[in-house]
Amino acid sequence: MMIAKTPLTAGSLTSGFTSKTTAIVVVVLFSLTLLASAANLWLSPDSPLYVSTYTITLLGKYLCYALLALAVDVVWGYCGVLSLGHAAFFALGGYGMGMYLMRQIGDRGVYGNPELPDFMVFLSWDSLPWYWLGMDQFWFAMVIALAVPGLLAFVFGWLAFRSRVTGVYLSIMTQALTYALMLAFFRNEMGFGGNNGLTDFKDILGFSLQSDTVRVALFAITALMLMLAYVLSHFIMSSRFGRVIVSIRDGEARARFMGYRTERFKVWLFVYSALLAAVAGALYVPQVGIINPGEFSPINSIEVVVWVALGGRGTLYGAIIGAVLVNYAKTRFTAIMPDGWLFALGALFVLVTVFLPKGIAGFIEQRVESLKKGASGSDRVQGSEGASA
Amino acid sequence: MKLKKIAAGLALSIGASAFSYVAVAADTIKVGVLHSLSGTMAISETTLKDTVLMMVEEQNKKGGLLGKKLEAVVVDPASNWPLFAEKARELISKDQVDVIFGCWTSVSRKSVLPVIEELNGLLFYPVQYEGEESSKNVFYTGAAPNQQAIPAVDYLMNDLEVKRWVLAGTDYVYPRTTNKVLESYLKAKGVAPEDIMVNYTPFGHSDWQSIVSDIKKFGSAGKATAVVSTINGDANVPFYKELANQGVSSEDIPVVAFSVGEEELSGIDTKPLVGHLAAWNYFQSVESDANSAFIDGWHAYTKDDTRVTNDPMEATYIGFNMWTKAVEKAGTTDVDKVEQAMIGVTTPNLTGGTAVMNKNHHLSKPVLIGEIQDDGQFEVVWSTDGEVKGDAWSDFLEGSKDLIADWTAPILCGNYNTKTKTCSGQTY
Amino acid sequence: MKQMTVVKQIIVRFGLLMALSLSLGSSWLHAQEPNSENPAPDQYAVSISAEVKVLFQELVAASLRDKSKILKQLDQHSGREMLPMFEAMLNGELYYQPDGLQLYQVKENASGNAVAYSVFGGELVDGLSIKKFKKVRVNNSLRKQLRNSIARIQLLYGEESERKAAAETMLSAMSDSAVALFQEAREKETVKEVQQLLDVGLAMNTVSTSVDSTERVAAIRALSSRLELPVKNLLMRLMDKNSDGEFKEADPLVRSAAESALKDIDGRIAYYGLLEKLFFGLSLGSVFLLAAIGLAITFGVMGVINMAHGEMIMLGAYTTYVVQLLMPNHLEWTILVAIPAAFLVSGSVGVLIERSVIRFLHGRPLETLLATFGISLILQQLVRTIFSPLNRQVSTPDWLSGSIELNPIFSLTYNRLSILIFSLIVFGLLMLVMKKTSLGLNVRAVSQNRDMARAMGIKTERVDSMTFGLGSGIAGVAGVALSQLTNVGPNLGQSYIIDSFMVVVFGGVGNLLGTLVGSFSLGVANKFLEPATGAVLANIIILVFIILFIQKRPKGLFPQKGRAAE
Repeated sequence: MMIAKTPLTAGSLTSGFTSKTTAIVVVVLFSLTLLASAANLWLSPDSPLYVSTYTITLLGKYLCYALLALAVDVVWGYCGVLSLGHAAFFALGGYGMGMYLMRQIGDRGVYGNPELPDFMVFLSWDSLPWYWLGMDQFWFAMVIALAVPGLLAFVFGWLAFRSRVTGVYLSIMTQALTYALMLAFFRNEMGFGGNNGLTDFKDILGFSLQSDTVRVALFAITALMLMLAYVLSHFIMSSRFGRVIVSIRDGEARARFMGYRTERFKVWLFVYSALLAAVAGALYVPQVGIINPGEFSPINSIEVVVWVALGGRGTLYGAIIGAVLVNYAKTRFTAIMPDGWLFALGALFVLVTVFLPKGIAGFIEQRVESLKKGASGSDRVQGSEGASA
Repeated sequence: MKLKKIAAGLALSIGASAFSYVAVAADTIKVGVLHSLSGTMAISETTLKDTVLMMVEEQNKKGGLLGKKLEAVVVDPASNWPLFAEKARELISKDQVDVIFGCWTSVSRKSVLPVIEELNGLLFYPVQYEGEESSKNVFYTGAAPNQQAIPAVDYLMNDLEVKRWVLAGTDYVYPRTTNKVLESYLKAKGVAPEDIMVNYTPFGHSDWQSIVSDIKKFGSAGKATAVVSTINGDANVPFYKELANQGVSSEDIPVVAFSVGEEELSGIDTKPLVGHLAAWNYFQSVESDANSAFIDGWHAYTKDDTRVTNDPMEATYIGFNMWTKAVEKAGTTDVDKVEQAMIGVTTPNLTGGTAVMNKNHHLSKPVLIGEIQDDGQFEVVWSTDGEVKGDAWSDFLEGSKDLIADWTAPILCGNYNTKTKTCSGQTY
Repeated sequence: MKQMTVVKQIIVRFGLLMALSLSLGSSWLHAQEPNSENPAPDQYAVSISAEVKVLFQELVAASLRDKSKILKQLDQHSGREMLPMFEAMLNGELYYQPDGLQLYQVKENASGNAVAYSVFGGELVDGLSIKKFKKVRVNNSLRKQLRNSIARIQLLYGEESERKAAAETMLSAMSDSAVALFQEAREKETVKEVQQLLDVGLAMNTVSTSVDSTERVAAIRALSSRLELPVKNLLMRLMDKNSDGEFKEADPLVRSAAESALKDIDGRIAYYGLLEKLFFGLSLGSVFLLAAIGLAITFGVMGVINMAHGEMIMLGAYTTYVVQLLMPNHLEWTILVAIPAAFLVSGSVGVLIERSVIRFLHGRPLETLLATFGISLILQQLVRTIFSPLNRQVSTPDWLSGSIELNPIFSLTYNRLSILIFSLIVFGLLMLVMKKTSLGLNVRAVSQNRDMARAMGIKTERVDSMTFGLGSGIAGVAGVALSQLTNVGPNLGQSYIIDSFMVVVFGGVGNLLGTLVGSFSLGVANKFLEPATGAVLANIIILVFIILFIQKRPKGLFPQKGRAAE
């Protein structure tokens, strides 16, 4: 009863990730990054074109969110797996990076303990818990930051997809997953700083996190990662693997009867998506300066889904547009009308789902399509109503 | 009549939200307000935003500061911790505010701290907290554990002859630290470990049946028992309701709370709470001229005679007054100069006496213990003889007993180790 | 501040002197002198001695600590006639006129205004300006003392329930004078239950004071069936060792009797502890059930992933608040009025949402999630704007406060018990609606096969609205119940939404019975885990369990069967 109509989607396979759009996205991202970085580093603060470090950090944050949205879009838009738990992978990646940054503080913490982070001294622990060992090595911390979320996604996905947990059930289960993790990380005994989380970072790979250059570099790396992820996702989705994925979205039973082990495809896609989210989290933490269990909150995951829906799911660039747009609106609204911005945000979600079911990307494509139609008189049918569970 | 007020409030706030964008005037002193107006913390923090706005308005009526008008810049960090850091950066680097009044939770302060230090801003933090911190750029006008928890325990131990202790708290850093401090304090006073029960619950815990039943059992061993509660905000109402329903009265097992004030009580049916205690530096019920003037001003400002005042509001009031004094003393709003001018500044408390800003950026304030009355107010049953000096670093914690904070020359350090004579972890 | 208090004290002392000299000869309590036309002879007033009157005057002006001493003196110098005064003081209703230092009891009368009554006799005193009155301040230790004083009086002169309560209060602090009182009371007592309690007190006295070994052992045996906590404490003390590891109690016979009695008592305590846990679990389950049951309709039956479900609960809770505002003088009835009101409010908001948003999203269940999430943000902010972000005060009527005490260690709180029963009633009614009414038939038909139902002439659009309205309305009713347990604030709904989804999914989407079984089993499991793991870990374990369970049974506890399930 969950699935009423599952329209066949031929159009959406081609829409969104033609090589042309990919090229456009990469070029736009690349030039924006270059311009913003240059404007920050080489223009004087008095110049009208100067981009402040505040703006750079803000942009960096948006791009992290964009990467997270991309991750959600890959599983939801292309495979119909609506994950309400991607915040978990994002936060786990963030905690991995946070632990590294925490260890980098060394004896510059308030208690001057060379080994233990401040909050452990605070709880009067006398030695590092085992899972903190080795986290002072950047490469090791990064491996952990990716391996843990990846493994979690694998185990969870393997269990769920093998038992054919689908649709709403899967969504609710992912939500339970991130909720359970949130509760766990809130516990001080877990050794991740409890509610205060990890904060007061000093430097990364020996560079001070407070210098403008490092901030710009982090921003640029984020942009680079986003481009990479985009190109990679484009590549995956246009491969044979990607076609099977889309066929699973449009009719899993059919794909299974064709002889595909659909659960394997889904698991690997889920792991890939979780890894993207973890990268986003790891890049997010040094830029915002704090990671706290609040990042696990189910509401955060839902918000990501909303960004994707707003941007237009099943189109990779739509996810990016949605994430940047909503977060920009949030930044603006919280400053302009602090009392009323939730009204605006809420209304936005409702209006988009009702009137723009294919999001902004769908709207753009429709325009482009109708322009083409006008020009060539082609009778190509507009793509599906979008994927449903 | 209350409904009408609500309708008026609706109309007003819709209007306000549409027009609250403040035009940037040229020559003003800007005061940043960094309190959550939405999300879970809006409950507590909105009041403080209004307090700052009221203080700014009053100061402007007096002719402003240094001949300039004050201008409040309000942002909403929406109870989102990374957003706190972002908004702090926005306030300092984009809006160029001269001072920020803000934060409530420890995590929001911790999130903002690196930003404030990096950009050399000035933050006044008005809420009781766990201590273990002293930043050059932050002034802590709320109570440290030795200005709230320890006097409260002293009162229970000496006046109520309590022998068994339940330390119940929400699982986050403030209760953890406070309970740690209290545990070692109690043990130092000869309380046996089996007479101390420690319990932690998650945020917003609402099902207290088992815990209250445990407390009841723990308290029935024939010795006077008290609960020291560091339970946070929303979890309190169901906790007290459950206590009352299970027949635990304030005479049998009094609960002394550090996070329950007038504001929190105004949303509760206080019947089941009568007789339970709270320790603060301020109660609305304290009779003094300054306090009644403040309350009248607050009622006039909010156009609501039923609005209550509370301790963090007094802390904001003291912080604001100290800041204006320090700015006048320094003749500038330059952060470094104001910071030095702040130390030693005095301003009258609302409860009588004067508050002093100490070298460690914490205040000296009196400690009061009040019993909850059925009208949601507190009856002061005990108070310290004089002002208690706020301790940035607790003497009862292993890691911090050797640390002191002193922001005057020659030490100039927030965490100076008196044994090794070094200042650790300062980046400036 | 300090100076002010000193000045105040001087004034008060001076006033006291004046009053003393004036009251010589004149009747101290002239206020309760017959104002009414038909004065009843006041048995208490006449017996108040001059000495006691002086004590009264000292009492009102004394510091809290001195009050305690004065109360002790009052205890010694007076008898049962003090009862009304003690009770008034205990309840914080005792006031005095600052100029005359006369005592009055100030209470609300039937129309809700504060009026003064004479303390002894309870007649209305007219024509006094109550605003100038001052309250006689009490604190916890005074309240405790007063309670004991009252118990002493009531043990002999109270009603049956009062005598019982008094005996229970006094058990925890047995003293020589209490023993004497107990003996006196025992002779007079005719009710068996109270007799037993008095016997417990006397037996406890025997155990601790007697020198005769056999007498003590017999007393311990008699105590072994009692669950009163002082009994257990007494027995435990008999087993205490001193610092050298020797028993403080020298008599081995007494010790072994105490040991077996303790074992007996502990066994019962464990048994009742189990029952208590079960009740706690069922009660938590009933909260889950109430919160989830509306969702079981909107989500389970209609397939709308209703993220605004929590806000429907919240609206119900706020309706309770508004109802209480509208009828402040009939607090006991407000809950009963609020139930249909909340159903209507949340229900109509639900219908509105369905008509304006959800009907455009048919066949796109996951998108309903997004739209309803937006709606939930709007509703929260709306409530914040209208009612302020602060929690609102919802009072608990008296009939929902307190508990039924089945024995000294096992009691059921009224509010939890009522909510448990209430949740079952709501569930039963809902089942009736679904199974026995044409609406229910239509709802089931539409949920099973929309097109077929339409072909059969069912107005599916109307049924959709009604279903969503029904689910939302029930959520509103849940809000009324939850307003009695927790905060009424804008975030109320948020705290229940995840639990609700868990329960519905665990029980099996589309199956109301599954929701019932699911919520109670999760509640009970949670409460049995909690003592061992703590509240947080219990929660996490339950969540992980559900995740794993769903892998085993992807459609929940009670999967829907047939074609509609796919």
